[in-house]
Amino acid sequence: MDKLILSKDNLPKFIDELIKKNTVFAPVNNNDIVIFSQIKKANEANFDFLNSQYPPKALIFNQTETIFKFKPGPKGDIEPIKIDEKKIIFGIRPCDAKSMAILDYAFSGEFKDPYFLTKRNTSVLIGLSCMQPGVNCFCTSFDDSPASSKYVDILLTDIGDKYYVEVISDKGKQIIKGENKFFKPAKESDEKSKKEAEKKAINTIKRTQKTEKIVEKLDKIFENKFWKEVADRCIGCGVCTYLCPTCHCFDIQDESTLTKGARIRVWDTCMNPEYTLQASGYNPRPARANRVKNRVYHKYNYYPKNYNVIACVGCGRCIDLCPVNIDIIDVVTRAGEVKP
Amino acid sequence: MNENPYEPWLATIEEIRQEVGGQRPIKTFKLKFKDKKIQDNFTYFPGQCAMVSLLGMGECFFAISSSPTKKGFIEVSVMKLGKVTTALHELEPGDKVGVRGPYGNNFDINGWKGKNLIFIGGGIGQAPLRSLIQYVVDKRKDYGKLDVIYGARTSKDISYKEEFAELEKRKDVNVHLSIDVKEDGWKKFVGFVPDNLLQVKPSPKNSIAITCGPPIMIKFVIQNLEKLGFSEDQIFTTLEMRMKCGIGKCGRCNIGNLYVCKDGPVFSYKQLKNIYGER
Repeated sequence: MDKLILSKDNLPKFIDELIKKNTVFAPVNNNDIVIFSQIKKANEANFDFLNSQYPPKALIFNQTETIFKFKPGPKGDIEPIKIDEKKIIFGIRPCDAKSMAILDYAFSGEFKDPYFLTKRNTSVLIGLSCMQPGVNCFCTSFDDSPASSKYVDILLTDIGDKYYVEVISDKGKQIIKGENKFFKPAKESDEKSKKEAEKKAINTIKRTQKTEKIVEKLDKIFENKFWKEVADRCIGCGVCTYLCPTCHCFDIQDESTLTKGARIRVWDTCMNPEYTLQASGYNPRPARANRVKNRVYHKYNYYPKNYNVIACVGCGRCIDLCPVNIDIIDVVTRAGEVKP
Repeated sequence: MNENPYEPWLATIEEIRQEVGGQRPIKTFKLKFKDKKIQDNFTYFPGQCAMVSLLGMGECFFAISSSPTKKGFIEVSVMKLGKVTTALHELEPGDKVGVRGPYGNNFDINGWKGKNLIFIGGGIGQAPLRSLIQYVVDKRKDYGKLDVIYGARTSKDISYKEEFAELEKRKDVNVHLSIDVKEDGWKKFVGFVPDNLLQVKPSPKNSIAITCGPPIMIKFVIQNLEKLGFSEDQIFTTLEMRMKCGIGKCGRCNIGNLYVCKDGPVFSYKQLKNIYGER
């Protein structure tokens, strides 16, 4: 791993150089909401942000995406599309970078998802440590840190008057190689400053989710009335799933005119009753309690069973934006205390 | 498997057979891939499924209802219920559909060699069983006694009528048909499938029971199989759920941590007892 220093003056210059050669996405203010958007100039980016409201997973697993085109009807034909879109995601938070690694499990395996994996494998994640985590942040509950370099290609950490830069992957090295002039080697004192900054950030995280033995505990309370109590407040809007950086459910729909059409994949949510409704009218998850439970189990029981990792990164979006204040930290912690 | 698992191959409808008419009609579509190489390489086992689509209307997940011992085509049996199945029912021979697969696991055709097999089907649930029945009949000497129990609401609702008639002619297959309510001229069993099962009373010795049908039927069939002394690892079923991807990614067909499309659709009752989740 290379340890470098980037001065604050050089940050925009570095980004402008990257923009010349790459498609660069960064956090941008959009009517008071920060979202990752493509930038044409470094000064369009806003790095003074907590996190984007919309998870940057949307750049890899698009909310709406054409999977192929076709000439519709019983005499129709299929027209494959080219998947490209190599991009740099600049300023991604360590939690969101981790979510991409979690999504890798769902989209790889026996059947490889070419749309997700092509974009994922060609994209470069340049992370920005989170120095002032939000009130509902809890990445530390999963032994992670707001300044973790584990899941990014390059990590920038603000250490006061400059950025401490950790170059993690080969993809990261390739990026730095071309822009050497903006960087200088880091000193031992810089590394110490990063560790101190990281410690300070960790200490500002006040909330903890208790996930010890959560898989086993959930195994025992599937039929418990606790889930109905949790669901009583839920209005089924699904915002928790749309804003979740690890949710990967989708729908596939055909859209067409008389002469042309496309098969489209769109994000879907297990909060919708239609999600599991069968053509016969039968629905295996008819009640909101079934659906609320599915969301929690998918993240804290099924995903760990299948891939050995909890599918939550502690970004806090679902807590911040739930219209009825359902709090996943509280739900999971309380679920762990329910008597089977 | 196509390099892009979401991209179907085109197949031509060679033949359409109306299995059942009425309000919930069933048709069997005989499909042949447009590209001969794909047709030749499309290998599957009884129990596996395929995604079939009409371009512009969408896709549905169906059990392949023909046996791999029948070469050069695949068949799916479709009940007209929703948007896609209604559109499929309007198609004619020569029309093209998209097909991708095969998906899911399959019946244990090798492990069950030498065993007595009891098939218990209801309604459109016979489709996946049909594939296995055709298979074991084509390889008759590999298997023990064969009992085929099947029921429908009325005699008009019985699918694969001609094939049942053919099976009834054979001395080495026992067919036990039933209808739910009494009809003039019906001399076979009247009543629900689980009751017909009790009356047929197959022995659990060296036997495997395979059931598919409406959820309520499966529930009582399993209860009655247990009454007859079948253990939970002698009972198999094949499930269905609403599906979109067929490859374990879109999320909706899970029962607990298992996806019906990828980890199923064939499950032993032993497995099902040990996973929780709505189904």
